[in-house]
Amino acid sequence: MNWFSFITATSFMPVPATKESGDVDNLYIFLLVSGLISFIILIGGMVIFIFKYRRKTEDQKSAYITHNTLAEFLWSFIPFVIMMIIFAWGWSVFHDLRRVGEKGDVEVHVTARQWAWTFKYANDIEINSPTDKKLVENDPDSTLLKPEIVVVPVGKTIRFILTSDDVLHSFYVPAFRNKMDAVPGRRTTFTFTPIEKGDFTVFCTEYCGTKHSNMMATIRVVDGEQFAAWQAEKIAANAGANNKGPAERGEALFKGSLGCSGCHSIDGSRIVGPSFKGLYGNKRDFADGSSVVADDAYIKQSILVPTAKIVAGFPPAMSSFQGRIKEEEIKDIIEFIKTLK
Amino acid sequence: MAHEQHNYLNHQKGIWSWLTTLDHKRIGIMYFIAIMSFFFLGGVFALLVRAELFTPGKTLFSADVYNRMMTYHGAIMVFMVIVPGIPAIFGNFVLPIMIGAKDVAFPRLNLMSWYMLMIGAAITGSTLFLENVDTGWTFYTPYSSIKTGLGVIPMVLGVFIIGFSSILTGLNFIVTTHKLRAPGMTMNRIPLMVWALYSTAILQVLATPVLAITLLLLIAEKTLGVGIFDPQLGGDPVLFQHFFWFYSHPAVYIMILPAMGVISELVATYSRKIIFGYTAIAYSSLAIAGVSFLVWGHHMFVSGQSEFAGILFSFITMLVGVPTAIKLFNWIATMYKGSIRLDAPMLFAIGFMFLFTIGGLTGVYLASTGMDVHFHDTYFVVAHFHYVMVGGTLMALMGALIYWFPKVTGKIYSDLTGRISWVFIFSGFNVTFFPQFILGNMGMPRRYYDYLPTFTELNQMSTFGSWLIGTGFLVGLFGVIYALLKGKEAGNNPFGGKTLEWTIPSPPPHENFDKTPVLTGGPYEYR
Ligand code: HEM
Ligand SMILES: [Cu+2]
Repeated sequence: MNWFSFITATSFMPVPATKESGDVDNLYIFLLVSGLISFIILIGGMVIFIFKYRRKTEDQKSAYITHNTLAEFLWSFIPFVIMMIIFAWGWSVFHDLRRVGEKGDVEVHVTARQWAWTFKYANDIEINSPTDKKLVENDPDSTLLKPEIVVVPVGKTIRFILTSDDVLHSFYVPAFRNKMDAVPGRRTTFTFTPIEKGDFTVFCTEYCGTKHSNMMATIRVVDGEQFAAWQAEKIAANAGANNKGPAERGEALFKGSLGCSGCHSIDGSRIVGPSFKGLYGNKRDFADGSSVVADDAYIKQSILVPTAKIVAGFPPAMSSFQGRIKEEEIKDIIEFIKTLK
Repeated sequence: MAHEQHNYLNHQKGIWSWLTTLDHKRIGIMYFIAIMSFFFLGGVFALLVRAELFTPGKTLFSADVYNRMMTYHGAIMVFMVIVPGIPAIFGNFVLPIMIGAKDVAFPRLNLMSWYMLMIGAAITGSTLFLENVDTGWTFYTPYSSIKTGLGVIPMVLGVFIIGFSSILTGLNFIVTTHKLRAPGMTMNRIPLMVWALYSTAILQVLATPVLAITLLLLIAEKTLGVGIFDPQLGGDPVLFQHFFWFYSHPAVYIMILPAMGVISELVATYSRKIIFGYTAIAYSSLAIAGVSFLVWGHHMFVSGQSEFAGILFSFITMLVGVPTAIKLFNWIATMYKGSIRLDAPMLFAIGFMFLFTIGGLTGVYLASTGMDVHFHDTYFVVAHFHYVMVGGTLMALMGALIYWFPKVTGKIYSDLTGRISWVFIFSGFNVTFFPQFILGNMGMPRRYYDYLPTFTELNQMSTFGSWLIGTGFLVGLFGVIYALLKGKEAGNNPFGGKTLEWTIPSPPPHENFDKTPVLTGGPYEYR
């Protein structure tokens, strides 16, 4: 911890990485300094009075002062003026953060889902975060997952168009001093102009269930050429993916855009839902006492109507993928599940 | 003791006489016992939540268990402790006495309010054994309506019933204050505690029904599938937030105004001085109550509401800051040229002002739209509202407990015990919640089960502080038991108070006054 930066009010906030975030920090410094002065006046005054007017003898009398119009006017009016300054300043900073309706140089559709973000660029590049790898490797108790990297160019206006597939989430990048809720059924925007290269963490700040604290991503700000190179590489990889076999495509869906791995493991461990290790061809017991052998029909039903059969010991927490998944994709997933012996 | 005096405690005997009592003083004590039990439960959850956060990753519980504990901690503390707290316990006990009345206007309704709190609490509490709820105390849709279990229904049903308890208490206090004042007690002569309770009561009566309706709509959506908040059914998830905060913002003042009333009494008594700016304090309570209805949108600056709405709500929120500041200035001006004694209740009053100033000033940060975008839903907000509500309300509650203890029981609460308790609670609060401001700065979101390793030290500090607070309240509880068993006899007016409750015996007789008092001056005439 850097106490000097605390005192000089550059604060513990991450290095400001966008054009707007510097303005937020200036406002912060004003708030911190004016707040400290107010605190010293109020609490300092109180402490002085405590000592100065301490009761020394039992019959000590106090002054009889009922009010003082001038003092009262001043201590209402001065805070009012300061608060109006803070209001107006906050407004102008807010306006820069919001930039509603402004088109970005780079536009990315961001979809939030329990507990993952999908970033879709105009040219079909798709990034899913977090991954299924651990973020903190040497701590067995850590539940954080490694964030996937989303690349944007420095100096350009970037607009993320947010929405959510299920519940409320909130897209927060501390280094950008900006956040915006992802609301199901609505589109909201998150616009920023990065000025600093580097990796910046994205958190979800609207409570969204069990793995709320896991829902991270990384935004990597690079220069224009690197961005173009990254895009070209991704497009090439996409083309390659189409030549893959069904089980491999299924694996990509499972870990990627459909985000199944958020709730189902493939190694037998229990996350939110049952593991898929050894699922295919084996018996499943349900909460209502019935059971079936897991086959294509059962898996398809579980994807489209998850509440039809609830595996014993698990909550009915999964929502339907109806409308979000194509017929071939279901087949690919089933092929992938078959490989999990 | 030679001859036992006749008072409300020995007026009737037996458990049954308590459970059917219509005496506002006994009802106050029943509230005290109930609310302190809830407080204990909420406190245990708090300690567990903080214990889990001692290290990143899994420390003690799984994420599911953590989210549930976090939810119960919040819901219990807000709906069952801080909202009813001071008005139900001390309001019930002192309000009628302070205005020279024999009881509240509707004694039966008063008893019924207590039962509604108990029934509501039982229903909400039953979910702990049936199906735990993990929505957080704000129950935001669509998570609460489609993504989590049916336990949400009894949970909010309980809160709904508790809300009615709050409405009835408010109604009772409003009528009592208007109709039952002793001769000579004009509205400008009622003690500031009564003003505070009166403003609170207005909020309770006007705001709580909105919460009730919101929770009913939530239940309707969850059970009948009516599309109100869930976009899949054609509803609007943000609508819930509007409804919820339309109640819950005024509710934060339901939580703090009574505390401000207590502080006014304590500062006047322990400075032995006429309160500075009586009218300003009294009417600023009303101003806060009024304006607080118009600021709910400041919880929603990043919810997707329009930029214009955000700016408007920011502006009005700033206006609430002014009457809040006025109160602080008045209390401090009351101490000027006073005759100050730092007994335990006064220490709690000073602790209140210290914590409340920090909480209030950081509220200004959050009210400023451009700044709030960074801080919203981070630990900065957690720190802010714990400083104002918990630091504020609980400090006042402890001060009130020690101050009125002799009046209620006839025994003196040991000042030394009170001071020791204060040292732990006050230092504990700062150690717990100050680091959370810094965590918010660094960007740690709230309601996090797991966090990045960079946040570790500050979280550990915070957890350590929670143990100090816990110890402080245990010392406070010890003080209560010790005073009941071994406390010195109090006498009518051990601290030199000027309000009416100090003119009658401790404990007070069954109907408070043998002869109706007649007022000839204001409440704090120290000359
Ligand atoms: C009078 C005592 C106060 C109380 C009891 C209080 C209580 C609270 C509570 C409980 C919350 C958090 C609600 C939640 O999301 O769980 C909150 C947030 C907030 N408070 Fe206060 N507060 C007080 C004073 C102030 C003042 C004086 C201001 C501004 C001038 C203020 C501005 C805010 C704002 C803007 C938020 C929303 C922050 C966010 O969620 O981003 N508060 N307050
Ligand atoms: Cu989320």
